[in-house]
Amino acid sequence: MTRIDAKFAELRKAGRKAFVTYVMAGDPDYERSLEVVRGLPGAGVDIIELGLPFTDPMADGGTIQLAGQRALEAGQTLARTLELAHAFREQDDTTPIVLMGYYNPIYSRGVERFLAEAKEAGIDGLIVVDLPPEEDDELCIPAQKAGLNFIRLATPTTDDKRLPKVLTNTSGFVYYVSITGITGSAAAEAGDVGPEVARIKAATDLPVIVGFGIRTPEAAERIASVADGAVVGSAIVDRIGKGEPTEKVLEFVAGLAEGAHRG
Amino acid sequence: MPEDIINSFMNGPDEKGRFGDFGGRFVSETLMPLILELEEQYEHAKTDQSFWDEMNDLWTNYVGRPSPLYYAERLTKHLGGAKIYLKRDELNHTGAHKINNVLGQIILARRMGKTRIIAETGAGQHGVATATVCAKFGLKCVVYMGAHDVERQAPNVFRMKLLGAEVVPVTSGRGTLKDAMNDALRDWVTNVRDTFYCIGTVAGPHPYPAMVRDFQAIIGKEAREQMMAAEGRLPDTLIAAIGGGSNAMGLFYPFLDDKDVRIIGVEAGGKGVNAKMEHCASLTGGRPGVLHGNRTYLLQDDDGQILEGYSISAGLDYPGIGPEHSWLHDTKRAEYVAITDVEALKAFQLCCELEGIIPALEPSHALAHVMKIAPELPADHLICMNLCGRGDKDIFTVAKALDVNMGPSD
Repeated sequence: MTRIDAKFAELRKAGRKAFVTYVMAGDPDYERSLEVVRGLPGAGVDIIELGLPFTDPMADGGTIQLAGQRALEAGQTLARTLELAHAFREQDDTTPIVLMGYYNPIYSRGVERFLAEAKEAGIDGLIVVDLPPEEDDELCIPAQKAGLNFIRLATPTTDDKRLPKVLTNTSGFVYYVSITGITGSAAAEAGDVGPEVARIKAATDLPVIVGFGIRTPEAAERIASVADGAVVGSAIVDRIGKGEPTEKVLEFVAGLAEGAHRG
Repeated sequence: MPEDIINSFMNGPDEKGRFGDFGGRFVSETLMPLILELEEQYEHAKTDQSFWDEMNDLWTNYVGRPSPLYYAERLTKHLGGAKIYLKRDELNHTGAHKINNVLGQIILARRMGKTRIIAETGAGQHGVATATVCAKFGLKCVVYMGAHDVERQAPNVFRMKLLGAEVVPVTSGRGTLKDAMNDALRDWVTNVRDTFYCIGTVAGPHPYPAMVRDFQAIIGKEAREQMMAAEGRLPDTLIAAIGGGSNAMGLFYPFLDDKDVRIIGVEAGGKGVNAKMEHCASLTGGRPGVLHGNRTYLLQDDDGQILEGYSISAGLDYPGIGPEHSWLHDTKRAEYVAITDVEALKAFQLCCELEGIIPALEPSHALAHVMKIAPELPADHLICMNLCGRGDKDIFTVAKALDVNMGPSD
């Protein structure tokens, strides 16, 4: 049982939806990023998605791309990101960390070496945007073997015929991308998302978490009410990008968490 | 190359879209169903005679194919060695090889019922070709172009606008060709229902590298027949410039199984292929990685972050290369070399002066390599070089490089 599985068991018991946040590792620099990440559980965050900076984030909007650029300019690397996770883990042994990013930095590191290091750093799962099920041999299968969850994205273009393929080899949870588009785009409507989540849940026992386009406590509540949880990324990263102090960022996160937990 | 390892170099890619270890389908889930649909439609079209009838009609009557295979007599005499033939793809409608591929993709898009076409462009040649064919068929066209390229390729930007396309200057990242490709992918992921992404080179997720190659292979097929007609035998050496590598792949592909034909791809060496990385020579100066849907050689740092290439030629300014080239490089079926800005500029001028042809800066790189090797080769050695684009678009860049003042606009 990974920390992710344990977290969902705990949430189910408490009858609560999951609140998941995305922040970019090393944005705007290592220290401030670690400070935010360390504060997330206290602000009500159940699962942390830690963004792995990449120069060419093709599935992300401007907010996440700029965050990646800030991090890279401040000297963030894959190794430093694992170091950050490790530093977080020293103080918190229960909040799951999911590393989210693109394949090339991992491929460049070498898959085996990366998996060993990620496990060592206390990473629990991976979301790698540009690795669809067709490329499962690359990282998904080795990651599962190494004891890490491999969390797949399902999207509005994932039709019933394709869904089983997406769910095979997925573990931890399913991340439903609520819109066709990039991160930080227009919001999804709970009315549209609900039936899609139900469609996925009919095909898997895994929790289904919904992300993309959620920016307010109210939206988090609406989306969480029709799923097992909600993800907020760009709205938080925006504030970090504007240079808001950590406590203000965490205050905003706490508001979102309350919304999601009401859902 | 031991023959028992591989019987043919023309069988790729495999069902996973791989050429050896290169290629593949490294895209987000949202795009995956779209590229699977595209693959299915392309596989169907490939064996549909009516598809090729339509292509051939347009190639002949709209593009002006076949392009001539021209014996460059004065160049040959000047270099004093091998006999040099130029495949004149710069004479195509829109002035480059790009339209060969665009026609194929747009006909496919029409068959798939797509009404909106998006494209990325570097030098603007692919953007112009896409805007052109969209105008001909009355399709909406949006072209993503790095803000820096919008500046250095102003004539092509104006051409695209005249042709009714919307040109979107890309400022994300560093505002270059790779960023234009990122933004085109972002557009596609947002507009999945009505939009067709017309990729301009032999890169991207499967089936693009194979599909674009198949459309560009008309270059090599013609060159083969024309050389047979002119010399009664195949060329000894093929040479073409490589950014993403579509004109090169188009020339090379029909000759891959002709073992005696030497194949040379010429990358942009910029200011020199060294640790400063001021070049675009992915094969000579990069290592394998995953970007824009495929595994291929990339310019990247130790952390797997993609580096910006540099070249005087906007069309070669891309940190990757088509995956089939990566495979041909690793299997050693083709050789890849780099030519610097300075060498390319010299070749550009020589071609103007000796042959009365203003070449684009991209094939000027190929020509610079011809200038290097031709003098050492015997007179009966046949070189076929792809003159894949004309240089009108580049005169401002060249003038600047040669310190010539073009007047008030400068």
